[in-house]
Amino acid sequence: MDIPYTVEVRRDTGLTNGKIGIWLFLASEVMLFGALFASYILIRTGAPSWPRGDTILNVPLATFNTLVLISSSVTMVMAWASLMRHRFGTFRIYMGATILLGFVFLVVKYFEYSHKFENGLYPSTNNFLAIYFTLTGLHMLHVFGGMMVNAYFLGPGSKLWKTNPEWFTNRVEHSGLFWHFVDLVWIFLFPTLYLL
Amino acid sequence: MTSDHAADIDRHVRVYITVFGALMALTIITVVVSRFHLPVPIAVSVALLVATIKGSLVACYFMHLISEKKLIYAVLMLTAVFFVALLALPAVTVHNGYWIH
Repeated sequence: MDIPYTVEVRRDTGLTNGKIGIWLFLASEVMLFGALFASYILIRTGAPSWPRGDTILNVPLATFNTLVLISSSVTMVMAWASLMRHRFGTFRIYMGATILLGFVFLVVKYFEYSHKFENGLYPSTNNFLAIYFTLTGLHMLHVFGGMMVNAYFLGPGSKLWKTNPEWFTNRVEHSGLFWHFVDLVWIFLFPTLYLL
Repeated sequence: MTSDHAADIDRHVRVYITVFGALMALTIITVVVSRFHLPVPIAVSVALLVATIKGSLVACYFMHLISEKKLIYAVLMLTAVFFVALLALPAVTVHNGYWIH
């Protein structure tokens, strides 16, 4: 049985089912990260003293990672725009760049984490590091998940382009919405953890 | 693909590039402002204001929220209400610096 409303919009919602599905999922993600941000506020306001992020964390590396993730958001939206213009070759270049930038982000985080562990700084060391590792760790999992989905659309999933290009374009758009959300979360994590 | 459609996508692409430049500039501004070591309330306000502008640019243009259907706005409004309630929870459960049990 075919999945309904993948390309044509539902008359009652004016949207495809995939579009509604990804936005409902993102709404649940907002609450997941919202709960952790609320925990951060709770822990920080309840603490007698709180360290400035830049005294413990590496701001230049995190700034570089912010620029990397913003760039990946642009390449992601350009990948979708390429499909809208029926340029599959260009889509592959932009999607490949998006995955590569995601990989760069994770490599930089690996070096950041390694440096902390080498200096004996663990989640159990203090509340600041506990919330830092929890928030950035969960965010990294999201980056990894987004990379896997994007890699699928660059690889085996791209076969759909030949049989149903409109459906494939919609799928890439939905994957892009998730990727931009991951970028959006980092936009708030960066100043909250590293600069304040 | 019609020429109108192609021109429409080209216009979108130009907007993406402009937003990209704005996001890069705002990131640098955030880092530079943090170097001034402003008092915490001001530093938090500035950092969150810039982050909100950046987040809005991503949501409006990259996620196309600026031209989305009403149902998506309704879902996000409901999410925003619960999100604000979640963030406000610590404030309303603390009285004079002590937890309300």
